[in-house]
This record gives sequence, C-alpha cells and structure tokens, in this order.
Amino acid sequence: MKLTDILKTASENIWQSKLRTFLTIIAIFIGAFTLTLTTGIGAGISQYIDGQVSSIGAKNVLLISGKAQSSTTTGNSTDPQKYDPNKLTSAQRQGPPGDTVVLLTDTDIQKLKSVPGIVDVRPQQSVSPSYILGPSGQKYILSVSEYIDGTNVAMNSGVIPSNTATTTQIAVPYNYSSVLGFASYADAVGKTVTIGISDANGLISEVSATITGVPQKSLIGSAGASINTELFNKLYAIQSVGLSANSLNKFNGAIAHFDASYTDAQITDLKSRLDKDGYTGETYADRIATVKQVISAIVIVFDAFAVIALLAASFGVINTLLMSVQERTKEIGLMKAMGMGRSQIFFLFSSEAVLLGFWGSFLGVLAAMGVGQIINRVATHGFLKDFEGLHLLAFPITNVLYIIIGIMFIAFLAGTLPARRASGLNPIDALRYE
Amino acid sequence: MSTQTPVLATEHLKKIYGKGESIFTALESINIEIKKGESIAILGKSGSGKSTLMHILALLDTPTEGVVSVDGTDASKLSVKKLDILRNKQFGFVFQQFFLNANQTVLENVILPLKIAGVSAKERTKRGMEVLKSVELEEKAQNKANDLSGGQKQRVVIARALVNEPQVIFADEPTGNLDSVTGAAIQKMLFTLNKERGITLIIVTHDHELAAKCDRLLEIHDGTLVKGA
Repeated sequence: MKLTDILKTASENIWQSKLRTFLTIIAIFIGAFTLTLTTGIGAGISQYIDGQVSSIGAKNVLLISGKAQSSTTTGNSTDPQKYDPNKLTSAQRQGPPGDTVVLLTDTDIQKLKSVPGIVDVRPQQSVSPSYILGPSGQKYILSVSEYIDGTNVAMNSGVIPSNTATTTQIAVPYNYSSVLGFASYADAVGKTVTIGISDANGLISEVSATITGVPQKSLIGSAGASINTELFNKLYAIQSVGLSANSLNKFNGAIAHFDASYTDAQITDLKSRLDKDGYTGETYADRIATVKQVISAIVIVFDAFAVIALLAASFGVINTLLMSVQERTKEIGLMKAMGMGRSQIFFLFSSEAVLLGFWGSFLGVLAAMGVGQIINRVATHGFLKDFEGLHLLAFPITNVLYIIIGIMFIAFLAGTLPARRASGLNPIDALRYE
Repeated sequence: MSTQTPVLATEHLKKIYGKGESIFTALESINIEIKKGESIAILGKSGSGKSTLMHILALLDTPTEGVVSVDGTDASKLSVKKLDILRNKQFGFVFQQFFLNANQTVLENVILPLKIAGVSAKERTKRGMEVLKSVELEEKAQNKANDLSGGQKQRVVIARALVNEPQVIFADEPTGNLDSVTGAAIQKMLFTLNKERGITLIIVTHDHELAAKCDRLLEIHDGTLVKGA
C-alpha cells in the first residue's frame, strides 16, 4: 500500500465513528489548549524580560563588587565569615540579608583597570537628591541614577539624556510627568525642572535640568530618573561638600565596560579572573537570571498540569483505537488475507492515532492562540496598561510546532498498543470472528 | 498436461491443533496436485478439515508437517513479504459472509486488493470499473456496499477477487448465503471465469450439487482425503 493511500485510508477510518473520534479529539484538544496557553504565558513574559534586559543594560557592562568572603574561608559560602581587618565592609547592608557588602576604594579601581579585557572602570557612586520641582510648584521625592552608555530605554516621548552633553539633562519617570505640571509626556520634553540636594551638613542647594524625555514604565528597570554625567557630577559635588576624603574614597561597586567582542566563554573567563582577584562581576543578564528562573519554574508547574491532561487524553486515544480494532477485526483479517503486511497494518493504525493527535492539537493550539489574542487585548487595555510592550501571551511558531509534533508523538505512542494488536491478528481467526 | 507444474501441490500435509491431552489432528497425510485451470471442489461436513485445507492452500495458515508448493516453489521457503505479495497477486478470495466494508462504495470495496498492491488511484478506478462491468454492476459503482442485495454483494466480492487478475480463486461456500436462483447465477459466473479465463477455481462446500459441477472432487472426512487424491 502506498504511503498516501495509508494516510488517506486512516483519515477516512477515523471519521467512520464520528462521535467517538470527536470526543477523543476533544480530550486532546483540552490538553493542547492548556499547554499552548501555559507555554504562551511563559514565552510572553520571557520575551518581555529579554526586551527589558536589553533596555536596562548594555551587553558589555559588568557590575563589579567586592567579594564578601576572604580567600582563606573554607566550607559553605552561607556560613558566617571571619572578620578581616584588611577588607572594608559597609556600615549598612546593601545586599540581601546575609550578604555583607565589601566596599571598593580607588586602589581597587586602579587594579580593575589593569584586568585584561576591561576597557574602562568607573566607581559606582550614587547621588540622593532631596526633591524635584516642576511647574506645578509641588516638590516630589525622586531617586536618580546616571545613564549608562549603551543602554536601550523605551521612551514614551523624547530621548534619553546624553552623557556627552555639557548641559544638565534628565529623563523623568512617566508617572512624574503630570504631577510635575506637564499636560502630556510630549509637553514635558524640553522643559526645565529643579532638583534639590543636600550636602553633608544638611544645606540644600538647587540645580536645574532640562527634560530630554519620558521613558516607558518598566517591570524590572530602575524606577527613578536617568540623568546625564554633567548633572550627576554637579549633584555629586554638592552632596560631597563636608565629607572627609576618606569617606569619599569608598564605593559600593564599580561599573566596567569590557571588550564588546567578547564571547560568552570569554565573559565567563573574565568573571572567574575577577573572582580570583576578590571581585564579583555580574552582567545585567546575570542579575535577571534569577527572575527568569522563578518565572520558568512557575510555567513548568502550569505545563505539568497540561501534560497530565494530555496523558489522560492519550488513554482516550488507546481506548478509541482498541474499540476500532475490535470493530474492524474482519476488515483487518481481509486486508491481511489480501496480502497487506503486518507493518502496513501497524502503520495504518498508528496513522489513525497520529491523525487524532494532529486534529486535537491543531484545533487546541488554534483556539488557544485565539483566546490568547483576546486576553492580550483585554490585558493591555486593562491591568497591564502601564507595561508598554508586554504581551501576556506569546506564541512563537517554534513553540506551537513543538506542541503539535509532541502531541502527535504522544498519540503515536498511545496508538502502538492497538496498532500492535491489529497487526498481530491472524487473518483466519479474524475472518472466522463473528 | 501431466508435464505441467501444478499451480498448487501438497505433500504429506499434516495439521495438528493444541498440545498434550487436547491435541487434535485436523489434517492427516494430504497429497494433492492442482493443475492450472482446473476447478476443484473440496467437499466435507463441517469440522471435517476442509476449511483448514483451504487456508493452508491459500497460504493463510502453515501446516504442522509437509510441504505446500505454489508453481513448484516450497511456500515455507518464502519470506512473509513474498507470501503477502503472492497472495495479493495470484489469489482471489470469495467468502460466504462477503466481508464488504459497508460504509464504502462498491468501487472502493472492489479496488481494495489494488490499493494494497500499491497501484495508482487512476489505474485502480479504471481496472475496478472494468471488473465491475464484467459482473454487470458498473451502475452500482458509487452505491454504498450496504445498499446492495445478497446476490449483488456476492458479485461485488467476485469482482474484488478478480480485480488483481489472479491465477487461483478460493471460494468458501460462495452460495451459502444466497437463495437458489441467485446462487445458481453466482455459480455460473464462477465457472465461466474458470472456463473463459483459465482461472483455477477451488471451491470449499458441503453442497454435493455444486461440488459435482467441478472438474474434480476432493472429499475430506475427519482430516483425511477419502476421495479424489
């Protein structure tokens, strides 16, 4: 029998018992539908995170901090660490509980600059303004950070501040735009705001800055305003008034750019070299890895439920085909008497199983994609309104194909039992069968 | 004629079912030769072993001992695949219970052996229509097999047996389910094929009248040939 004839015959056969086939397909449909939705959520969120990662950090940036544990420490890294007077530790805890932040000094910065592969190193300094003041006349608390070159930021309006500019520039967060007294995001661009910052003695000075743009809301990016180097330096100078030289020479960490042509293996090597020197280097992708892990763990749990539904459906396939073999015993016997081989009979029944799998999964995936579109539309106009660019569900073609092929394979496995039974029938017994 | 290789021959054929206490000898030392173009009746009561003999001759079953040869070739030496091809190309089957697929059309039922053989769809339809014409059922080609009368169904079965242009047609009680008038018409059709096309006809029956119309009669009783070896 020709391959196309077997497939055609299989297709005709499954529709000979319409209700039974329909119910079996429904069972597979439910599994496929669920699996597509759950993987769709996973894909949607991880696509968004990947987009966010590229928005918060340039790829060739390492965030460097001092390693808390001394090189002599043995045992588990969560064990209490021995005190080492040669290492500076921060008075307040900056990291997660249990972590002690080791501060860096100018010596460290010089040392880091000599590490092969590192292009430039800047101490990570922070400024804490007291308030921001706009045309509305009301002062608001604001956190700011210096814009790191190479970072992509999705904008509602305008552009990101330029570090090469000689004027003070700021990009205010989207939710500050209206409270500062601007009619719209576009209206804010080009306007001037005033930033107040206090020195070590508590004396507040004001600096004015031009708004270059309003970024979009971001799930994991910084919630504060981005400022350019010029503004940062001015604010830092005011903040440093009255501080001792010693305390100025302490940094929470450093930001380093490394060779942009580095491969993943080279980055890993760079990180391990830094580790040997007593520093921890992290890319933005490393920082975000934990978030991704949590999300994929949740998605895996969802997927597991869908797979359970599919397992139940596969028993439906077995049942349907066993009944079909029973009903068609004579037909199978006749075909064998007429010279149809065992393998062809096996193939015919497996094809029926695979076709059931195909229709169930194809329709399930299609329905899930339709429902996904509706959910996305509702969500982006509803509870996810502020998260520009977030589609809760995404259906990359490869995912969809994997699901369909995977379910067809499960159906094939389910079909092997009935197919073996059919192919093993003795034609004489089958033809005598009443 | 005697120099010609027999289309089917058996030597010391023996078939035993079961083991130990429940052992049952269905066939015992059967030696037959069937020449090309002969019409043979295998006559016997139910349980005599006539169906077992037909199944072994049609290569649907294997003997416990002895040899079955087709055109001089020992069938036990052939691979399963070769046996399948042999049955598909050389043999046609006519059964008492028809074994038609009720949901398919007459034409689809008739062309099943061609489909199994891997003949193209166009060629299948052409040959299927030709053979339906020869059994005078070409107008019924697109009807569902279920909508036909008993006699028409048996003609469809004959058409199906003929479609591969076989050397041998095995007919198991071909008129058993039919009234005498229809049965006579089917018999006439089978003997015409035997005479005009030289197809070897092997009819299994308990009907003495039908058996008498054949060239040769093999009567079987309790697994042994009592007449016609």
